[in-house]
Amino acid sequence: MAEADADTAAPASAAGRPPRPGPGSARRAGTALLRVLVRRRELSIVLVTVAAVIYFTAAGGNGFNTTNNYHIVMQYFAPWAIIGGAEALLLICGEIDLSAGFVFTFTPFALTSFYDAGATVPMALIGALLVAAGVGLVNGLIRMLFNLPSFIVTLGMGFFLEGMSYIQSRGEPVPPPIGGGLQQVIGGWRWSELIWALAIIVVLQIALSATRYGVYIQAAGGNPLSAAESGIKVGRVKVATFVITSLLAGFTGILDQVRVGSFDPTSGGNTTMFMAVASAVIGGTALLGGSGTVVGAMFGALLLGVINDGFNLIGVNAAAFDVVIGIAVIVAMLLNAYLASLRKKALR
Amino acid sequence: MTTEATGAGTGTEVIRVEHVAKRFGPVTALRDINLHVDRGEILGLIGDNGAGKSTLIKILTGFHRPDSGRILVEGQATRLRSVAHARSLGIETVYQDLALIDGLPVYLNLHLNKELIHRPLPFLRRREMRRLAREALDSVGIEIPSVTAEVGQLSGGQRQAIAVARSVHSEAKLLLLDEPLAAMGAREGTQILRLLRRLKQRGDLAIILIAHNYSQIVDVCDRVNLLQHGEITFDRRSADTSVAELLELVHAEYRIDA
Repeated sequence: MAEADADTAAPASAAGRPPRPGPGSARRAGTALLRVLVRRRELSIVLVTVAAVIYFTAAGGNGFNTTNNYHIVMQYFAPWAIIGGAEALLLICGEIDLSAGFVFTFTPFALTSFYDAGATVPMALIGALLVAAGVGLVNGLIRMLFNLPSFIVTLGMGFFLEGMSYIQSRGEPVPPPIGGGLQQVIGGWRWSELIWALAIIVVLQIALSATRYGVYIQAAGGNPLSAAESGIKVGRVKVATFVITSLLAGFTGILDQVRVGSFDPTSGGNTTMFMAVASAVIGGTALLGGSGTVVGAMFGALLLGVINDGFNLIGVNAAAFDVVIGIAVIVAMLLNAYLASLRKKALR
Repeated sequence: MTTEATGAGTGTEVIRVEHVAKRFGPVTALRDINLHVDRGEILGLIGDNGAGKSTLIKILTGFHRPDSGRILVEGQATRLRSVAHARSLGIETVYQDLALIDGLPVYLNLHLNKELIHRPLPFLRRREMRRLAREALDSVGIEIPSVTAEVGQLSGGQRQAIAVARSVHSEAKLLLLDEPLAAMGAREGTQILRLLRRLKQRGDLAIILIAHNYSQIVDVCDRVNLLQHGEITFDRRSADTSVAELLELVHAEYRIDA
């Protein structure tokens, strides 16, 4: 503390020290903003998103700032935000799920299988969600029992589920079963998917920041050995997080495809998974575990949704969108590393 | 058996080890260990690498089971079944890696796996934990910028102090410190030694300290035990020995001109 000189002490202080008198109020406001940005990493992504909205509103003619267009943004946003939020939890505890996109694809076909076998729609829905949770359980157990990297386990699981989706559907889209409350509960209103997404994000963020489970996943990802020495059941915490991720990916698959009105074996897949992971990373979650937020992943998904939609609107092709995402992911990682070192310096 | 020295403690024995032996296959790690520590006493444990210090510590923490001999915790013969069991009896260890989570704030590290929640609701009582953490650190005189600071941003000495405070915080009766000063500068080392002395003055804690720096041992410990080839070969009050004598004892058998 005592060694900190005026320059390094200026940016941020989590220690709550009184601010040093700056040479001008503009600079003081600048450092205050920087301090907030350093402490609340999600905020920088919010600012970028706002900038993107302003840009597309200006450049997209009358198209961007309409209810219909925001509905399209929502269709990108909701699945990426839900699965991205879950992936954020997994990344925080030092794991990743590459199969989540195909759990999204497969779970609706599990529902139709149960339905075709004679189950009622609510029973088929519960059965399908149990299948999705079971996929996460298998992912987690193989990961922990055989000490295989989750990267490999879930890569294999992803291929398996992709194949299963084609087998179940015979390669053709099928209509969702009608009735039994499926449409009403899952997607009765035009904005239902948004409500589901926001509700799930809130629950996940509360679990992360206000419960022991949240402390445990940060401990398990930050330092598994120390966590275990403190008596935390690291394996159990990680398996639970795999189950949560898979369950939510499956639920999102049903949610999204009930809205579309068709269960499609080409939906979801790697694109959805990569967008979800990219949302988490852009939102400030460390790929090596230990830190991150669900709300950050939500804003990451919002930014990706806005850019994707905006580019369509102003006629930029899909390839350019991928270029932007690639850059955004790498810049987000660099920013994370830089902000971490800033915070460290500010405390010394 | 060697001369038995009386400790500076209150006379209430926290732990007594009697004739403990431990073999790992063909290797005899501990031959015949006898030691005891009283409440309010700091016992320094010295010995060359491979003398059996780590094995002894791991038996006391419940990690290894002894092949023979017995351990008395507060006068009761006790089989330490596991680390959790030993911990439930008040035997706490500060490991060399400290077992801290860098990404979590100080107060959550102090409460790790013992978080307070609003029963029956599962939500963390963060304010309460911050207050208790501040009290715990103040009570042993540890100075850190803030209990909300992430542990990874603190210095080595501060981290060590927090690891010690956590063990004490969880109502430890016996604190085992495995080379707490090994990776530390002189200034930070002194701060930790001061912390140990303050803990001793509280009078409710027995401490076993493993260290290689004999002047620190003589300085802070009430009694010194020397472990050689799986046996305690020397047990004396610090006041009745010196750094020179300890050096002589440890290095005598390795003298090249002998």
